[in-house]
Amino acid sequence: MADRHIEPDSPELRARWGNWAWTPDNAAKAQEIIARYPEGRQRSAVMPLLDLAQRQVGAETNTQGWLPIPVMEKIAAQLDMPIIRVVEVATFYTMYNLVPVGRFHVQVCGTTPCMLRGSDDLIKACHQRGMKPGHTTADGLWTFTEVECMGNCASAPMVQINDDNYEDLTAERLNTVLDALARGEQPKTGTQEPGRHTVEPVGALSSLTAMVSENHDYRGEW
Amino acid sequence: MSLADKDRIFTNLYGYQPWSLKAAMARGDWDNTKALLARGQDAIIQEIKDSGLRGRGGAGFPTGMKWSFMPKESRDGRPSFLVINADESEPGSCKDREIIRHDPHKLIEGALVAGFAMRARAAYIYIRGEYIREAETLFAAVAEAYDAGLLGKNAAGSGYDFDVFVHRGAGAYICGEETAMIESLEGKKGQPRLKPPFPAGAGLYGCPTTVNNVESIAVAPTILRRGASWFSSFGRDNNKGTKLFQISGHVNKPCVVEEEMSIPFHELIEKHCGGIRGGRDNLLAVIPGGSSVPLVPAEQIWDAPMDFDGLRALGSGLGTAAVIVMDKSTDIVRAISRLSYFYKHESCGQCTPCREGTGWMWRVMERLRTGDAAVEEIDMLQQVTKQVEGHTICALGDAAAWPIQGLIRHFRPEIERRIAENAREAAE
Repeated sequence: MADRHIEPDSPELRARWGNWAWTPDNAAKAQEIIARYPEGRQRSAVMPLLDLAQRQVGAETNTQGWLPIPVMEKIAAQLDMPIIRVVEVATFYTMYNLVPVGRFHVQVCGTTPCMLRGSDDLIKACHQRGMKPGHTTADGLWTFTEVECMGNCASAPMVQINDDNYEDLTAERLNTVLDALARGEQPKTGTQEPGRHTVEPVGALSSLTAMVSENHDYRGEW
Repeated sequence: MSLADKDRIFTNLYGYQPWSLKAAMARGDWDNTKALLARGQDAIIQEIKDSGLRGRGGAGFPTGMKWSFMPKESRDGRPSFLVINADESEPGSCKDREIIRHDPHKLIEGALVAGFAMRARAAYIYIRGEYIREAETLFAAVAEAYDAGLLGKNAAGSGYDFDVFVHRGAGAYICGEETAMIESLEGKKGQPRLKPPFPAGAGLYGCPTTVNNVESIAVAPTILRRGASWFSSFGRDNNKGTKLFQISGHVNKPCVVEEEMSIPFHELIEKHCGGIRGGRDNLLAVIPGGSSVPLVPAEQIWDAPMDFDGLRALGSGLGTAAVIVMDKSTDIVRAISRLSYFYKHESCGQCTPCREGTGWMWRVMERLRTGDAAVEEIDMLQQVTKQVEGHTICALGDAAAWPIQGLIRHFRPEIERRIAENAREAAE
């Protein structure tokens, strides 16, 4: 099981987050999400609402966002479920941040397929920049986590930073990405291998060559 | 033996062309779906059965048979649901991601066809939380299908009402297990349920439910269009069709590629991946089906057919066809130990043998990695894997046990060498 704990409830936490509410946009989105599930089954919306709340907190704090207890209480009330059921969900799923995080959450995949392709070098590169597991750097910019398989194994090793993936990395390529983010720029996402499009073999294609230049319809050849 | 481009189902696999409805229709998706549905539920299920399609999520259960388990009529008013498993989290697996971000309409059309065949009123596509951009694409593609009248009331003009909803996970491997996925969809921790009752009897919200992998659903419309005999013309008996292989690790060109089932390992690697890094002689071992299946040493895998039965004969399995290749530079004990850490991290904590066992096995694996252990502990570890395997509600315990058993079976001399070396160094 993953080792996780929540930010303790405190008067300071209540003072900061006690009056938290959805923005008008997100309030409408929350209604739309709840409508995806059958009537009386609104509890199914707890995961998307926690995600939406984390994103809103992120926007309010200029970080990736996290889930203070008063925010979870708000969602529990909205979905008519006991707070402990919401906390259970928030602590079970690793994408919910239970403590404050930095501007960028650098999640390096360290599982075997990435490890075989050099994720050790990426982790070392992060450490050299002062990142430590489960820790946010003093400038508030980086939170580092070594995560489990992210499903980008054919373009390993990879890092997910907030909503974007950076694939086919080396320490040097990762540093280029991190430098750009630190400068406030948006680097190219996806594979960082020059000339590679997505997950095709690098270099000459071994299949589906007709698709490169046109939206080929193969039905005529059936 | 080689699959021609015209026989590939996922023609936009690499995303050179747009995923949009317009582009997908130009490639042949949503082409008179109404006529496919007009064949009737039983005919669709029969065609899928005849095609020999086996579930692409790992277990390889015949898809048509699974669909036929669903009730033909609701005696008590409960609706039926289709849940599509897009919680792709098995280390090495990265195929469903390509379907979702580059060919989502194959999946959505498949959802309608499969949902209709099993008489479901809606499909929930459960996509893993980390697929953030992929989920954005999927949400947008579903919206396109609604706007074009392909989903919703009178879907695709068929007279059948069918909804498709997307539900994002939030980072839990265990939710790929079908009953954990259902729990998660209901807004709970993703902890697997005891079976029976099976989901086809009481699944999502207590209603009849079928859970299918993305690839199994996405290939269904093409099978119906081209016929069961076309699909079953590929692969060996009992292992039919085309399949997305995902090759990672120590090959020259890792990639995802659709190939014929039963393609020999060496052909797959040489044709699409530029061979093993450093050549054939540099191959150490292969994990042929994602992290849960035991590894296979180089000499056994080379000519093996990549299919369910061929790999089972080697004491391993096809799983999700996630082929993890390891050359001789690999620290094989560490490679497996890292998987043990994965299972320790992902155990849901419900069953004691798994919750305690995965952590224990990882700690012993870490000591074996450095040789800081006694030779007898290898046997003890083997014994403990047997005590975890088969003693838990779901298969995560088994999945944690098998890679270690594979390592001990094939690389015991290497583990013993490390222990001896460590003892020698300590003595000096």
